[in-house]
Amino acid sequence: MIDKTVVSPTAAVADVFDGATVMIGGFGTAGMPGELIDALIERGASDLTIVNNNAGNGETGLAALLKARRVKKIICSFPRQTDSHVFDALYRAGEIELELVPQGNLAARIQAGGAGFGAFFTPTGYGTLLAEGKETRNIGGRNYILEYPIRADFALIKADRGDRWGNLVYRKTARNFGPIMATAAQCTIAQVREVVPLGSLDPEAIVTPGIFVRRVVPIRVAQRSAA
Amino acid sequence: MNRLTREQLADRVARDIPEGAYVNLGIGLPTLVANHLPRDREIFLQSENGLLGMGPAPAPGHEDPDLINAGKQPVTLLTGGAYFHHGDSFAMMRGGHLDICVLGAFQVAANGDLANWHTGASDAIPAVGGAMDLAIGAKRVWVMMDHLTRSGESKIVAHCSYPLTGIACVTRIYTDLAVIDVTPHGLQAIETVPGLGFAELERLTGIPLINAIAPVTE
Repeated sequence: MIDKTVVSPTAAVADVFDGATVMIGGFGTAGMPGELIDALIERGASDLTIVNNNAGNGETGLAALLKARRVKKIICSFPRQTDSHVFDALYRAGEIELELVPQGNLAARIQAGGAGFGAFFTPTGYGTLLAEGKETRNIGGRNYILEYPIRADFALIKADRGDRWGNLVYRKTARNFGPIMATAAQCTIAQVREVVPLGSLDPEAIVTPGIFVRRVVPIRVAQRSAA
Repeated sequence: MNRLTREQLADRVARDIPEGAYVNLGIGLPTLVANHLPRDREIFLQSENGLLGMGPAPAPGHEDPDLINAGKQPVTLLTGGAYFHHGDSFAMMRGGHLDICVLGAFQVAANGDLANWHTGASDAIPAVGGAMDLAIGAKRVWVMMDHLTRSGESKIVAHCSYPLTGIACVTRIYTDLAVIDVTPHGLQAIETVPGLGFAELERLTGIPLINAIAPVTE
């Protein structure tokens, strides 16, 4: 019997190695897999390359991973926020490398990685600082730049419910990068609010099919405001 | 000199958004437009983090951390709204499916070049988010900004001095002084605030404008 359920976040991230590339889901804190990140900090893997839309908020989650000095490089679209002081200080001190990518190109590069493309042409960023040194092409009268896929060793994502085959559904805008990151990593680890019996997720509504998911970790939610 | 307040400017932009339009409102000033959309029109607001049919802020106490907008503020979903992942969201934006996006700006050039993501200051931490996708993807790209900087310089310029977000992408500029279309023939002023004549607008803007201001008919 196939059962991708892993009982603890600690066990789920036990093989994340030094120097790994790790995608972390979330847009700000919505969809950020906080418990998996805490377990990754505890695991101690360092020299990580992190792929996330942002660069951490406050002192928890991704910001805590940065603060623990485990991250060599971050690939993201929007590091600077009102509460990104952990990243800001590391960046100003020259202690973290930043690859800034327009948000849609970040998403498309992750999708290209998951879908097996070698590269793709995108109009986004053409003629800007973020396209410097990149190959360009005029296609049908429009200018494009060549962008390469991003793949990762691990993806840590947060979904709402999952089953033992790894099928996932998400909750509201916490979905964001989860489904595309799941496709682009060698090993996708999803923390979920609830593991449900096989067959109880509507096959028509499964967002991430289990083929993209290696491990499912149930995390009990302490409290969520009624909505 | 008369100037539109931020709310008046938001109201002016909102008046031009038609029934049935798919619209992305950029973070900052454009977000205010949502509060001024005519109630008798069905308009679809898209938020790049993954929702279509975005509604107003929830009542205090009903915030849901899983339901936020691109500015990471709590929002609601209208009946009929939908959630989707980032790949689909940016397909909507980059793929030309949005009718209108409204963006703030540091500068707009006479040819429609947009600068709104980075001041270029050497100590600034760069952050771009979805700005470049919005700039090149929507059918119509409207900029909403003050006409002049705090020190009185025009933000409408011959050539942007700040790093570009997109090339020749802006189609219309709404400022606290005027509405100006970007056309193949140049910048065409179509409206000014009461009491501001075309000559004075052109003087303040500092680059040539075409006068297409309709005579007042009231």
